[in-house]
Amino acid sequence: MQAVNTPIQENEKLNANTNEAERKPSGAEQMNDSAAKVGKTVGKPFAKHPKMTMRNVDVFYGDKQAIHDVSLDIGKNEVVAMIGPSGCGKSTFLRCLNRMNDTIEICKVSGEIKLEELDVYHPKQDVVPLRARVGIVFQKPNPFPKSIYDNVAYGPRIHGLVERKTDLDEIVENSLRRASLWEEVKDRLHAPGTGLSGGQQQRLCIARTIAVSPEVILMDEPCSALDPIATAKIEELITELSEKFTIAIVTHSMQQAARVSHRTAYFHMGKLVEVNDTKRVFTNPEHELTEAYITGRFG
Amino acid sequence: MDKKSMERHISHKFDEDLEQLKNMVLKMGGVVEQQIADAVKAVESADSELAEKVIRVEDEVDLKEVELDEACTSVLACRQPAASDLRMVLAITKMTRDLERMGDEAQKVAKMAIALQDSGSKGYEEARHIGALVQKMVNTVLDAFARFDVDQALEVARTDKEVDREYKSAMREIVTYMMEDPRAITRSMNILWTLRAIERIGDHARNIAEHVIFLVKGTDVRHTSLQEIERRIGKA
Repeated sequence: MQAVNTPIQENEKLNANTNEAERKPSGAEQMNDSAAKVGKTVGKPFAKHPKMTMRNVDVFYGDKQAIHDVSLDIGKNEVVAMIGPSGCGKSTFLRCLNRMNDTIEICKVSGEIKLEELDVYHPKQDVVPLRARVGIVFQKPNPFPKSIYDNVAYGPRIHGLVERKTDLDEIVENSLRRASLWEEVKDRLHAPGTGLSGGQQQRLCIARTIAVSPEVILMDEPCSALDPIATAKIEELITELSEKFTIAIVTHSMQQAARVSHRTAYFHMGKLVEVNDTKRVFTNPEHELTEAYITGRFG
Repeated sequence: MDKKSMERHISHKFDEDLEQLKNMVLKMGGVVEQQIADAVKAVESADSELAEKVIRVEDEVDLKEVELDEACTSVLACRQPAASDLRMVLAITKMTRDLERMGDEAQKVAKMAIALQDSGSKGYEEARHIGALVQKMVNTVLDAFARFDVDQALEVARTDKEVDREYKSAMREIVTYMMEDPRAITRSMNILWTLRAIERIGDHARNIAEHVIFLVKGTDVRHTSLQEIERRIGKA
């Protein structure tokens, strides 16, 4: 892991310079004909108060490069949506943020990924405490085959966050409340989590994630298996959670990105094409590829 | 991102919907354009028959406005357009309103033509020059929309300044007439109202030009000077 020296304070300056850099593509980019239209990321990839900073991230699956030189910040208490066609690398990129790709043997990540000052890919970094700080919610709700209570209590228990049963009760209740699930399950906390509806299971997974008080929550298409009502509840939840947490969400629903996020990042063939304020992206995107994708002209 | 030379949507039906909206606007524009031409001609030559025709057409224009609003609502509800598609639908709803207002102003001019003939006086030759300018604006702005052409839209905004100048100088001249001969006051006031209505049509054409710039460039240029518009869209 090479240490790239990019002080966070420089971010604003970097943002200001992206447009200038766009006009002079590097030699490597000029050589890559297939993605010639992509070029340097346009817009505002950097945040004023970054919680996570990613710089020049490359990801390879064996010989195949899945992510090309992506630099992006996720600001504190910000919701950043990542959109793009299937196979564009958005999920791969998201999974780098808490090293979910570690289990894939042929997956190699290079570049810099930092959670505040912590080097996420430092060889000595243990993934368990890392994932307590950067939680993840997946596409399919995957509660443990345990009771609702134990699902939420699991994280605090294994991380040794509580000493007394009453403290644990409090964490479980608070987490379920914050996940807007408490009222629906308070009378059956010891029923199996798998007995809940899909939307409830997903909120249970969110409760499980926030029970260990993470700083960042990653969401990988959290609503794609849910109906519109359950989706609306999760989206409402995302807005509420952003007051306390920093959220990065990968979604196939552009309307969802438009509804919940502050900034939207558009990925295309492993490259980060454009990052801009969500309002800008959906009314007047800067890059023609973003425009083509969000207006449904991609083909 | 410029709305020009865009590829087609994956959904063929969406392309058709948008194309249909565009055609509806151009059709409505065509009717209003003819209405204005007839109104100006009617007032120049005190032709009340032509003026009656202008007034009759108004119902058709109103109906087209309602139909266009319905079509836009349906595209917004069913397609959730984004980016340049969204700007196009929004621009069309506003353009429709301006076109309808143009029709109203043309109707005012036509009513003046009828009043003229009733009073037995000859036509207002004075309306010819400013009328021709405004007709050119309306024609150009519809063309600008059909081709998503910002340069043509800018030309309309420029012509509007000329129309404003013409209107002001005509006003000064008419005031002089009125001072010289109080018997000319009624006729002079009628001329003023006619010119005023024609000048308003020019303002609406300029509004439409601004909507065209918004839909192509994504920049809202309402309530700004011509120089500022040119600066914002990089044409200065």
